[in-house]
Amino acid sequence: MCLAIPALITKLMDDDRAIANVAGVNHEISLALVEGVQVGDYVMVHVGYALSKLDQEEAQKTLKLFDEMYEAGGYPKLGAAS
Amino acid sequence: MKYIEEFRDQTTGQKLAAVIAQEVQEGREYRFMEFCGGHTHAIFRFGLPDILPTNIRMIHGPGCPVCVLPMSRIDQAIAFAKLPNVTLCCYGDMMRVPGGQRTSLIKAKAEGADVKMVLSPHDALTFAQENPHREVVFFAIGFETTTPPTAVILKQAAQLGLKNFSVSCNHVLTPPALKWLLDSCTSEQGDTPPLDGFVGPSHVSAIIGTKPYEIASRDYGKPVVITGFEPLDVLQAILMLVRQVNAGESKVENEYSRAVTQDGNIKAQKLMHEVFDLRDSFEWRGLGVIPHSALKIRESYATYDAERRYDVPVTAPQENPACQCPAILRGAKEPYDCKLFGKVCTPDNPMGACMVSSEGGCAAAYSYGRKRLKEAS
Amino acid sequence: MKLDLEKGRVDLTHGSGGRAMHDLISNLFAKHFDNPLLAEGNDQAICKIPESYGSNPCLSVSTDSFVISPLFFPGGNIGNLAVHGTVNDVALAGAKPLWLTAGFILEEGFPLVDLTKIVASMAQAAQEADVQIVTGDTKVVPKGKADGLFINTTGVGVVLVDPLPSVRQIEVGDAIIINGPIGDHAVAIMAARENLKFDEELLSDCASLNGLIEAMVQSGTVIHAMRDPTRGGLSATLNEMATSAKVGIHLDEAAIPVRPAVKGVCEILGLDPLNLANEGKLIAFCPQDQAEPLLQAMRAHPLGCEAVVIGHTTDNPHCFVEMKTKLGGVRMVDWLTGDQLPRIC
Repeated sequence: MCLAIPALITKLMDDDRAIANVAGVNHEISLALVEGVQVGDYVMVHVGYALSKLDQEEAQKTLKLFDEMYEAGGYPKLGAAS
Repeated sequence: MKYIEEFRDQTTGQKLAAVIAQEVQEGREYRFMEFCGGHTHAIFRFGLPDILPTNIRMIHGPGCPVCVLPMSRIDQAIAFAKLPNVTLCCYGDMMRVPGGQRTSLIKAKAEGADVKMVLSPHDALTFAQENPHREVVFFAIGFETTTPPTAVILKQAAQLGLKNFSVSCNHVLTPPALKWLLDSCTSEQGDTPPLDGFVGPSHVSAIIGTKPYEIASRDYGKPVVITGFEPLDVLQAILMLVRQVNAGESKVENEYSRAVTQDGNIKAQKLMHEVFDLRDSFEWRGLGVIPHSALKIRESYATYDAERRYDVPVTAPQENPACQCPAILRGAKEPYDCKLFGKVCTPDNPMGACMVSSEGGCAAAYSYGRKRLKEAS
Repeated sequence: MKLDLEKGRVDLTHGSGGRAMHDLISNLFAKHFDNPLLAEGNDQAICKIPESYGSNPCLSVSTDSFVISPLFFPGGNIGNLAVHGTVNDVALAGAKPLWLTAGFILEEGFPLVDLTKIVASMAQAAQEADVQIVTGDTKVVPKGKADGLFINTTGVGVVLVDPLPSVRQIEVGDAIIINGPIGDHAVAIMAARENLKFDEELLSDCASLNGLIEAMVQSGTVIHAMRDPTRGGLSATLNEMATSAKVGIHLDEAAIPVRPAVKGVCEILGLDPLNLANEGKLIAFCPQDQAEPLLQAMRAHPLGCEAVVIGHTTDNPHCFVEMKTKLGGVRMVDWLTGDQLPRIC
């Protein structure tokens, strides 16, 4: 029920503020709810506030898991997107 | 868009759908509730019902804070907006929600009330600072995802000593609503049909962690998979639920490990606790009164509580008797079971809770999936 | 008092029909829009249709009022938008726009330096579209009664094709083509309002499409219908056309071009690009076998270089507009009543 999107932190500012970038769009957000966020981190942003840091390693693991589930089942290779 | 597009990849989606199709047991129906309105929206927006096997039934849950807000609270917000010298700041989601007399904030604005749409609570606070001669009320709604930002601005307002700012607090809590649903689907009196498991909220869980969902697995034997918002997340979570059901398990699993940890966001939880207290009870539209399910502003922040600051009448509007939203919100009926759906009740003219927000079960079904109803009729 | 276009402001005398209004017209409007018909200085313009258009040409006439806010946005302003919008509405009938009128409602206190910028861009837009602004009107309303200014333009053009492109010509199986990415105009406006900044600046796509339309018409390909997806976006325009033509529409989400920055803003604000306004886009319906030659004709023109097929019409008694999503499922593309609002849920 709560849209939050992953955004890249490109600049830290005073008062727990920062610049977050999504697909080349920059907007100012608050880091008041998180700790230890650095430039180059990804955070989940909701209503202009970072709610959590995105764990990039876990993200890669999750993506790999999607494929592994399929490979493990021995299903035939799928063609290009129809 | 990094960490978004990868989770919408079509080929991977087809793979996951193929695995699900292989693993569901023939002749067995799997009934999973996606608690959160954002998942309802994602399911319909990406056309997932078309690529899932027909024996997976997704039941739409009540996790839509716009849908479950009682009409009397909308009336209250409209009343605040009509007070002299008041600017009411609110999210876009709330602008068209009808209150008791078929009014809404957008209609009140047309009649001269000062209603300002904001994208962030920060904008409301900034507006109050920049307009010291206006009384600014922020209409705060949402589950635990949206509550911590409201807590931040309340604390900031106090630190700044603002004299012209207050919040109308309508924040609600997920675990009590989940418990209510579990009782409804397991008791003889409740009419929610049996559910096999839950697709758990994404960003509520980023705040509260995964532990609060253990009640479902431990006390009610229902598996919960905390799930991200992207379609591959949802498909993966459905696969994980199917596997648990097939194995007779009931665990809390975390598919959204890239954003959710077991303990959640402790800093946000502490801040919420500092600023908010539990209401004894709160009426949820469609579900009725649930004890200890919503928040109010603590005494220490009383100056910033719009309910204490202003005296506005309390209304008791009645729902349309033919509206099936209560049953739909608790999973007992589907949108298509309601005779108002798609005829009198549409997103343009919502009769009940489930049609007012684009992620309400009826609105999502109408906007994205209505072809099924027409094809069936 | 002498007209001060640098520091002066509109006042009620500029709309009262007296000398002040005459000064404003001759030093600002007439100076920038300068053409022989306007220079006649009459209350009306007598426009002769060139003989090259035949002895009994059909006229395409359209009017539109422009109330956009903010008045200035990345890629344009209310002035050039007022030219492009009406030129497009006239041209989409398969017509060549020739003349425009321009009516101004000015708010008392509006800075003349801003009015000059707006009028100058209208003149430039008209020149690029090869149309003349031949007559107009000026009114001034008290402070607070207009959002800076409102502009109305009416356009007249000569139809070049027979039969006319019209929804009545749309058939089941027609290809649907768009000339480029959607949502640029709406996002450029929103970004200005919400203080969103781009790594690479995103501009409104507002443009006169008459040159592109003329190239499409002259290619000799059969075009059943054309329309521009302005307010309400692709979703509103396609739903409108499907209902009028009594067909269904099937779109392919992966084929619909959307710039990354537009997608980014949509994700941030919780919006659907299909509902966003465009001011330099057109949708064309043509028989399936005409799609390839029409695409070629469009791609040869600067405003059509990104033209693609995005879907086709279907036989659907409910006139649904449906879309195959990137995941492979099918969902409806609904027709919103009002503007799409940003959402947090």
